[in-house]
Amino acid sequence: MSSSTTLKRTPFHEFHVAAGAKLVDFAGFEMPVRYTGDVREHRAVREKAGLFDISHMGEFDVRGPAADVWLDRMVPNDVRGMAVGQALYTPLCRPDGGIVDDLLIYRSSDHFLLVVNASNIAKDFAWLEKHLVDGVTLTDRSDATALLAVQGPRAPQVLEGHVPAAALDLGYYRFLEGRLFGVDAIIARTGYTGEDGFELYFAPSDARTVWEGLMAAGRPHGLEPVGLGARDTLRLELGYMLYGNDIDDTTSPLEAGLGWTVKLAKPEFISRETLAKQKADGLTRKLVGLELDGRRVPRHGMAVEVAGVKTGVVTSGTFAPSLEKPIAMAYVQPEHGALGSTVDVVAGETRLPARVVRRPFYTRGSKKS
Amino acid sequence: MSYPEDVRYTREHEWARDESGIVTVGITSYATDQLGDVVFVELPKIGKRLEVGKPFGVVEAVKTVSDLFAPIEGEVVEVNEALTDNPALVNQQPFGDGWMIRIRPVRNDDVKQLLDHREYAQHVEEQHA
Repeated sequence: MSSSTTLKRTPFHEFHVAAGAKLVDFAGFEMPVRYTGDVREHRAVREKAGLFDISHMGEFDVRGPAADVWLDRMVPNDVRGMAVGQALYTPLCRPDGGIVDDLLIYRSSDHFLLVVNASNIAKDFAWLEKHLVDGVTLTDRSDATALLAVQGPRAPQVLEGHVPAAALDLGYYRFLEGRLFGVDAIIARTGYTGEDGFELYFAPSDARTVWEGLMAAGRPHGLEPVGLGARDTLRLELGYMLYGNDIDDTTSPLEAGLGWTVKLAKPEFISRETLAKQKADGLTRKLVGLELDGRRVPRHGMAVEVAGVKTGVVTSGTFAPSLEKPIAMAYVQPEHGALGSTVDVVAGETRLPARVVRRPFYTRGSKKS
Repeated sequence: MSYPEDVRYTREHEWARDESGIVTVGITSYATDQLGDVVFVELPKIGKRLEVGKPFGVVEAVKTVSDLFAPIEGEVVEVNEALTDNPALVNQQPFGDGWMIRIRPVRNDDVKQLLDHREYAQHVEEQHA
């Protein structure tokens, strides 16, 4: 593909090619969308373990004496309450409540690590830089960071003996810094699949050591490389957000069902006034889960109707391999979003009847709570 | 990448095989590769008249959806009922048991106007250029 010359590559590119992956442009990176098949890779993660290259994601370093106070003011979730060794999921909001990005914040003893979406690296950095204050330094470490995820019920067995024993005892959303196959790494019990698992951050120069180490250690446990295709079906079965599909600069975290990340009790953070007002006044739309019969699949952008009148739009949809039925998320008017309500998804000339159901759609994952 | 020599191809990645005046239609291995796992195939009713280049059905894959386009003008005489219960056949044997419909063509020579396997292979190459 000559177009690939303009795409960025992760440090694992050669392993994807060797594994026969189909590579696509994702946020300017040449990324594996699948190796063998979406459903097979999805099941590998649900039943055994999967290895994801997610090095396209961005990493920022935030440090300085005022780092915690500043970050706490930048995001709606509670940064100052974080313990060292803890990770936090949070939106990053504009004053009008729109979501600049959703990200993970990891708190180390002397700095914070922010992990952001690949498509938003430049936008997020510019946003944070614009709001930077004295006593805080912000550094883009994206090109100096390799990131793999090992996800699935057997993920701990894959890593056993190749990480400090304490890493296997980590609770969900906890991390430590230690050796991974003999190289320096951040080992975090985080993920985007609903399964137990780890996200592993290390230097790009150690890519071969870690990839080959994981593949060899994982073979007896059924570890398979997994592409972005299955990553999307896995996250959607859990109802996790995909930035650009389910949330963006025009949606608020309250509308998206991320109210649990919005700590209105904090005295000050960007978007607080808007979100407090939104909460008091009531929402004009909310993100709901939809479940359908049959096998036609709702897709991003399809209209949602009630009695022939448009009430909203589908943000994500897929055929859910673990549930063997089509599922979707959609913004609808709150009066049409009660659990058990029925709506129609407009798929061309066809109306697909759908029911509003609770998220997550899939509740049998091995994820620690 | 090479493709079977006994079928003809469209630029939209359908194939058509003339079997004694009845034309079997499916999608190519390149198409299934692009789509990923197929979960549903919506096919026309028997007797439906097809126009060249017009949609006759839909393929739903886990990740994406695609229309099926009629390679030739004709009437649908058979649809592959096996795909209802086992749409994965499209991925497993795109040129075999994963076929979709059989058409009685209006003109017997129409199939020969489609791309041959070399032209199709070149077309696929060009899409990647």
